[in-house]
Amino acid sequence: MTGQLVSGDGRSGDHRHSRPVSRADVCVAACADLFADDGEILASPMGLIPSLGARLARLTSAPDLLLSDGEATLLGPDGAPEGWLPFRQVFDVVAYGRRHVVMGANQVDRYGNQNISCIGPHDRPVRQLLGMRGAPGNTVNHRTSYWVPRHSARVLVDAVDVVSGVGYDRARAGGLRFHDVHRVVTNLAVFDFETPDGAIRLRSVHPGVDVAEVAAQTGFAVRTDDVPVTRTPSAAELELLRTVLDPDGRREKEVPTP
Amino acid sequence: MRDKRMTAAEVAAELADGMTIGIGGWGSRRKPMALVRAIVASPLRDLTVVSYGGPDVGLLCAAGKVRRVVFGFVTLDTIPYDPHFSRARQTGAVQVRELDEGMLQCGLRAAAHRLPFLPIRAGLGSDVLALDPSLRTVRSPYDDGEELIAMPALPLDAALVHLNRADRHGNAQYLGPDPYFDDLFCLAAGRRYVSCEQVVPTAELAGPGAAAAPQSLLLNRMMVDGVVEAPGGAHPTSCVPDYGRDEAFQRHYAEAARDPVTWTGFAGRFLADGEPAYRAAVQEWAA
Repeated sequence: MTGQLVSGDGRSGDHRHSRPVSRADVCVAACADLFADDGEILASPMGLIPSLGARLARLTSAPDLLLSDGEATLLGPDGAPEGWLPFRQVFDVVAYGRRHVVMGANQVDRYGNQNISCIGPHDRPVRQLLGMRGAPGNTVNHRTSYWVPRHSARVLVDAVDVVSGVGYDRARAGGLRFHDVHRVVTNLAVFDFETPDGAIRLRSVHPGVDVAEVAAQTGFAVRTDDVPVTRTPSAAELELLRTVLDPDGRREKEVPTP
Repeated sequence: MRDKRMTAAEVAAELADGMTIGIGGWGSRRKPMALVRAIVASPLRDLTVVSYGGPDVGLLCAAGKVRRVVFGFVTLDTIPYDPHFSRARQTGAVQVRELDEGMLQCGLRAAAHRLPFLPIRAGLGSDVLALDPSLRTVRSPYDDGEELIAMPALPLDAALVHLNRADRHGNAQYLGPDPYFDDLFCLAAGRRYVSCEQVVPTAELAGPGAAAAPQSLLLNRMMVDGVVEAPGGAHPTSCVPDYGRDEAFQRHYAEAARDPVTWTGFAGRFLADGEPAYRAAVQEWAA
């Protein structure tokens, strides 16, 4: 099915087989997979790699996704406007629940609590960040994932300094029935929360990444036995990425291949 | 009908120390910067600023006008953080009430509806509650019994917004893609001031032959006390379709946060003599 969506100009056929799959390609496909079960909802990817992932998903596994131009217009897969969604309506969709946001995170902890507020004491922070933004509302209303372009123990921490986005420990204690933190995708690995107590779990490591490296660069304990490898994108997905979605290779600057 | 035209300096003169001022726009988009600059040039101080924050918040903090910021975020969009706001936070120069952005809307709506609070789910489980001991929850009186945040009203002493067009009576129009929350800021405020790129006759806003439809008229005159014609009044933030964000000047503004000397130089060059001098100084800087 996906093959039908590949542009048939034939020019890209040669390098498709010769060019190696990059780390950025893997990250984009992992972000696309976030939306696989979502159906006809608003995808709100923040940042380049999640945006490419959402657009790739819409062209392959999740054709019903709605996507905006980053301002107030919903654009169809061909780039034509198909709807109007100013911020006030985005807030309505948050409460309505038909949304999957992929946010950034200055810190994420072992229960999926996320911090984008500040580092250090809140009354006089060492480093002021963006602010809570919509993280508290997103995480108690609809599915939320996180994208971490530079995996390190300073980002993947045991406990966050400020809870902006709500994690599983707090959601369960508070009985928050719409809470649904889905996955964390980084430049090294994918995490999920499919554990009895909602603790984070290493779901897969990207091709070429040593599990020990992930463990060393993560601030909480991760399993190291029998960890699957993140899938590589299909030929059809690579074709779409290279010829339609990101022909200039902007993704390679955000996630360089080691 | 009343002619509500006034100058930005006259708006600032109607405000008082310690007031709570709501500022429209979003991030670095359609901010009433000419009105903000008029506050910077005034003796006003100890303000509480309520904003989906951009350089409005940073500029007022840098100028020492702010006691407290009520915010969901402060960003320059293409520059993630406003360094002037960061400095104010990191030196403890301002107090904050940090909210989820939906809670901020909810609080403005409660004020607009003259309600003490409105329930919202956003905030539960997060540190928004822990950081603001004045926040309360409320339990549904119906069978579900769900606990929700009781978001208190955020009444404003004054609201400042910037739109593309207005008439002299206070009917005002946005021509870009997003109204943001400018109407809500006005409804939540005791005194409401709109600056605009151009004041035009009412018939030219959306009458026969006008380019825009009546639904672009975001504010009507019962929501507005003062109208300020301020061409370039959102600069350096965007005011599409009249102009986009001035990215180069915004970078210059951000770099002025480096130390007190760079800030003093920036303020002296751009903020000392009112809007015509500001526009001339920006033009000279860009040349």
